[in-house]
Amino acid sequence: MNTQFWIVQAFNGVSYGALLFLVGSGLSLIFGVMRIVNLSHGAYFLWGGYIALSVIHATGSWALSLPVAALAVAMIGIAMERLFLRSEGLEVLRTAVIAAGLGVLISLAVSARWPQLIGGGWIQFVAVAAAASVAAYVLLSHIPIVPIENDVLRQVLLTVGFAFLFQQAALDIWGGNNMDINPPPAFTQSIVVGGTYLPLYRVFMIAMAVAIGVVLWLIMEKTRMGAAVRATVDDAQMARGVGIDTNRISMFIFALGAFLAALGGVIGGAFLGIYPGLDFEMLPLAFAVVIIGGMGSLGGAAIGALAVGLADNFGKALFPEISYFTLYAPMVLILAIKPTGLFGRE
Amino acid sequence: LDESEQRQMTSQKTKIVAVAVALLALAYIVPNSGSFVVLLATRAMAFAILAMSVDLLLGFTGLSSMGQAAYFGVGAYLTAVLATKFHFGMGWDFWIVVVLGILIGAALAAVFGLFAIRAGGVYFLMITLALGQCVWGLAYRWNSLTGGDNGINMSGRPNFGLDLSNEVTFFYLVFAFFAVSLLMLYVLVRSPFGRSLEGIRERELRMQILGYNTWLHKYIAFIIAGGFGGLAGVLWAHTNGHVSPETVVLTTSVDALLMVVLGGSGTLVGAAIGTAIVFGLREYLSTLVPWWQYVLGAVYVLTILYLPMGLMGIPTLLRQRMRGERKKTDDPNKIASKELVSEPS
Repeated sequence: MNTQFWIVQAFNGVSYGALLFLVGSGLSLIFGVMRIVNLSHGAYFLWGGYIALSVIHATGSWALSLPVAALAVAMIGIAMERLFLRSEGLEVLRTAVIAAGLGVLISLAVSARWPQLIGGGWIQFVAVAAAASVAAYVLLSHIPIVPIENDVLRQVLLTVGFAFLFQQAALDIWGGNNMDINPPPAFTQSIVVGGTYLPLYRVFMIAMAVAIGVVLWLIMEKTRMGAAVRATVDDAQMARGVGIDTNRISMFIFALGAFLAALGGVIGGAFLGIYPGLDFEMLPLAFAVVIIGGMGSLGGAAIGALAVGLADNFGKALFPEISYFTLYAPMVLILAIKPTGLFGRE
Repeated sequence: LDESEQRQMTSQKTKIVAVAVALLALAYIVPNSGSFVVLLATRAMAFAILAMSVDLLLGFTGLSSMGQAAYFGVGAYLTAVLATKFHFGMGWDFWIVVVLGILIGAALAAVFGLFAIRAGGVYFLMITLALGQCVWGLAYRWNSLTGGDNGINMSGRPNFGLDLSNEVTFFYLVFAFFAVSLLMLYVLVRSPFGRSLEGIRERELRMQILGYNTWLHKYIAFIIAGGFGGLAGVLWAHTNGHVSPETVVLTTSVDALLMVVLGGSGTLVGAAIGTAIVFGLREYLSTLVPWWQYVLGAVYVLTILYLPMGLMGIPTLLRQRMRGERKKTDDPNKIASKELVSEPS
């Protein structure tokens, strides 16, 4: 093990940390503002990668795929937050969406179980689905919804449910194969620093994360919106009291978190690949970032991402058999000693 | 005893009789229903022991653990490693493995509990998630011991006079373990210790002021849950004949939590019912269609949004609903949310 080894591993660790920052910072902000532990966050990452693949397939433009994928997933995030993560407002739409989903599922089940009944005809399929949806709507609109705002466990399980739905939908849309996002050829070269070859793409990842980090920091520290977000993180009730629209803040933050995770999916897809199961692989890593850094803290997320990126790379290189243990054990220790993370506020 | 207490006791007796009858019916019906149902019931019952251990923490102590698969996993891996590397536990020594599985689950929980118990609320959730990931990481990466991603394939089940490779015999064994676990946990939660756990769930501070060592109570409950998790793992390994990191993965812990919430937390039987429903749906649908995970996702979403006390709470909800409708003054929404805050015991 010479100097070269340490330089290459450190560089890989930092660039992986850059990717983790994109995933973790959004998760951290969502927790900080809404106190929601969002287990769909890995799905946002995966969907970002898959949507980018579709955009690249359709237009051939990698640069275009970045904003399109990120914005599309941000929309998904907003829909989820508005419809399912708050119990007041949009009741009719929420019930309608659930009923429609159930209707389609029931129709699918009927056509799988009794194919002679529906056959291949899509008209019959739609008819069964519509009838089932209406029935489900009538039934569900008579059942009061459980308020989940103050129930962490229910929030966790709800977002897990959505993670499963996203996972299955991704499998149905994009198939089960491992796919690669190919960045433009200019990025696939390497640069030589002090006799060591460093892939240019990883340099780009670091630059991207730094740029996004700076922009986020500017938004949080210098704008009115950012001040309102920080106030909500510190004390949501008090923030509401002084006239901050925390409802809008939480929608904004949820969209931002989903946006960043999807961006991570596009950027990370180039060297991780995009495949079913990636969502639940990234999720615990994102949590490690958030926990080490402290929930709701942007600077903490940066430090946490760097720490996890380095620990992951050196762990795999130095002690491969216990490499994940060396990643999660420090997370346990930090939580045990300072539950709010290294930089989290009480 | 006043009248309401007496009524409660008789209703308790009715429930015990109902559960006993249901168990006997199960023991009679399942073996006569074909190998698919036998295997399904065996798997569900082994997993239900894990789900009930989650309920001991969630429903009775108020701790939502996201890492219960860890104890399940060490029990399963212990069984698989002993069986394949040392050829231990394939005869009468199976019973030693059962004891070892319980002990290793409890011991791991005793270590993990030192870190986890002092955290509260969402931090408890996070720290148990991290602890679960530690165990998963070892299972996934420690190739020489665990076989890494491929896991460990076991050859056959124990034979100690009773040949467990017979599916029906094995079902009866797992059934017995399940019934005994249910009974033991029931006795536990009805004991003074179980009552103080419920007190901690409702108002930890008040229990502290009354002089209870709430940390120790929670710690002991955590260890007991770990022991039952280990037991479930031993049975799980022999049920499938295969142990892989899937056993310890985060979603296994989350599935167990969902099963408890679906059936109704704080009821023990609810955990078993939730397990049966999720397993039934999963195994039946996955033979039929490739998209069964939509159904699992839908079960999650519907449970969370529409079942405040799980399936076991539906009778109570309906009764309240009827009373509320008669008065026409109370908003059903309010009744449901009030119910959430003060759970009836």
